[in-house]
Amino acid sequence: MIETLGIWIAALLTLCILSFLYKDNPFYKFAEHLFVGVSAAYWAVYYYFNILYPNLIQPLFGRGQLLLIIPLALGIMMIMRLFPKVGWVSRWPLAFIVGSYSGYNLITYLQSNAVDQVRATLVPFIQIESWKNLFTNPGVMTFLNAIAIPVVVVGVTTGVIYFFFSKEHKGVFGGFARTGVWFLMIAFGASFGYTVMARISLLIGRVYFLLHDWLGLIQ
Amino acid sequence: MKKEIPLLITFIAGMVMILQFFIPHRPFSDLQQLFNTWFLIITVFAMILGLGNLFKVHTKRLQRRPKGWWYSIVLLAGFAVMFTVGMVWGPARGTPFDYLFWNVHIPMSSMMFALLAFFVASASYRAFRARTPEATLLLVSAILVMIGRVPLGNYIWDKLPLIGDWIMSYPNMAGQRAIMIGIALGIVSTSLRIILGIERTYLSGK
Amino acid sequence: MSILERFEKVDRRIIFLLTLLAVVIPLLLPIGFKIKVSEPVQKFYEAVEALPPGSKVLVSSEYDPSTMPEVYPMNQALARHCFKKDIKIIGMGLWPQGIPLNQASMEQAAEEYGKEYGVDYVNLGYKAGGIVVISAAAENMPNTFPLDYAGRPIEEFEIMKGIRNFDNIDLIISLSAGDPGVRHWVMIAQGRYGKKVAGGVTAVSAPAFYPYLDAGQLQGLLGGMKGAAEYETILGASGTASRGMDAQSIAHGLIIFFILFANFFYLLGKRKKR
Repeated sequence: MIETLGIWIAALLTLCILSFLYKDNPFYKFAEHLFVGVSAAYWAVYYYFNILYPNLIQPLFGRGQLLLIIPLALGIMMIMRLFPKVGWVSRWPLAFIVGSYSGYNLITYLQSNAVDQVRATLVPFIQIESWKNLFTNPGVMTFLNAIAIPVVVVGVTTGVIYFFFSKEHKGVFGGFARTGVWFLMIAFGASFGYTVMARISLLIGRVYFLLHDWLGLIQ
Repeated sequence: MKKEIPLLITFIAGMVMILQFFIPHRPFSDLQQLFNTWFLIITVFAMILGLGNLFKVHTKRLQRRPKGWWYSIVLLAGFAVMFTVGMVWGPARGTPFDYLFWNVHIPMSSMMFALLAFFVASASYRAFRARTPEATLLLVSAILVMIGRVPLGNYIWDKLPLIGDWIMSYPNMAGQRAIMIGIALGIVSTSLRIILGIERTYLSGK
Repeated sequence: MSILERFEKVDRRIIFLLTLLAVVIPLLLPIGFKIKVSEPVQKFYEAVEALPPGSKVLVSSEYDPSTMPEVYPMNQALARHCFKKDIKIIGMGLWPQGIPLNQASMEQAAEEYGKEYGVDYVNLGYKAGGIVVISAAAENMPNTFPLDYAGRPIEEFEIMKGIRNFDNIDLIISLSAGDPGVRHWVMIAQGRYGKKVAGGVTAVSAPAFYPYLDAGQLQGLLGGMKGAAEYETILGASGTASRGMDAQSIAHGLIIFFILFANFFYLLGKRKKR
């Protein structure tokens, strides 16, 4: 009974949101505001049970780890941002967060997203096997596989050159940058294709719920 | 002092996090663990700040009563019910909080984003035009990937999925890698500027 | 209005209706298109399949209900795969909404395979901080997660005995819909601690992870609902993702038709103006 009620509540709220496609209306606005309120409460409950209680309240007040007074104080200083007269004190905890993130990001992005990526582009530089394959089994796919690594090297190099805006994109340099744009367009096209796939998947999920769980039209 | 102390805190926190990568021994390893724990706690208060701001905005709307002010009651009531239920019964599976999550939060959250499917379809028809050679290349790449990545593609031509996979694994990967390297270098320079106190926009205000 | 202009300015509600029909009809009348498995998904499957029974996999859920149709089937299929091979799952999350979704996946699979909470799987819950949480857990998991998601001390659970840090974890899998997510697991867990990491991501972000896959930083990648369907196919199970593939195919066909149709009239219009 309670499960059936839950499905009906879910279905009606789904239809309220779906009604936006016709035009903005009170049902949609009601569901939108309810969603924001419920989401905010969801986050608040999880902050308490999964972080504040196990990592602050219990160790500080239960086990006497007094050093945790410092993050507690910094946290309260953060909330002072809501009051304009004393809002400046929130800079201290903000500085701690920004400094920590910056420290982590500097090393990790440099390592994983720059150095490792450049290494992966250049190693291996030539794949003899794929060229042998092309000559023994000529075809669309063997050709594409043979040119794959040169395509990657050219694509990454010209793509990075495109993002160098300190030099005007003219002459040979401009030619490289324009080639980079072509590779970026292919990447954006692939991203668009996948974005369409993602959005359609989300719709399929909701329609499946309505047809299967609510109306029982799909077995 | 209103700006100097925060800049010092930024420098110390940043340098500890950098140094512990290279010197994973005491005292840097202990400091890193300590700072990590403090970070988890302070981040929660940053999010509580967001919640506080939400209440501030909507209680002001209840006082001023602009057009549509009654929707703020819906928001605050929804928050109150969900929060009370969660704090009383906890977030474990099978609790009333879990019931509201599955039957109220999930359908609305899912449908909000499912609406995007319609807008993407509309944009594909009304806005997506091959105005330049680059736009045409983008379109061709999108079409090949879209048709190659679904089972229908295999029925049209058995090479289509392979071509789609090739585009993803090589030219797309090259473009994405170029973007990734560019972003990484940008983040490295911004992080350095922040730690050294050159970049101070996060300390906005008096 | 000329016929060209009429076609170019069609009411978008007609487009909405056609899109809805392209999804509804194949769900009601399935076609049964066969699903071909791609290399990134095959690699993901092999990364889990290679683990011996008794191994411990950390499954981190970084997604929410808005991306459930894509990532939740991955979560379900992964839980079944692990329990089928007697692999233990330690769940956690960097997004709070991922926690009950991960828990539900593990519970459903546990019921099928007779697994017990605390012995074969556990859910450590959510922590805020993204990259900092990963770093903290990598050094000291009990300190970072002293209680499970429901507030019970982790010392009570048999599965957590002997788990000190990432040295005691055999494979890390992040199921993510954005940031923090797979990227941060690669940067810290793989980049700094050398752990094997695999990822399941939404289709929107999947293209951006191919560089990590090519560089060997990711052991495997599931991308979107299609990736989930392919994973279900390898496992020999038909889940929600597989059932959606017919609708996905028809909807994609419709979108491609929209693009080609609209551009045909656009180019025709351009020619006429010249």
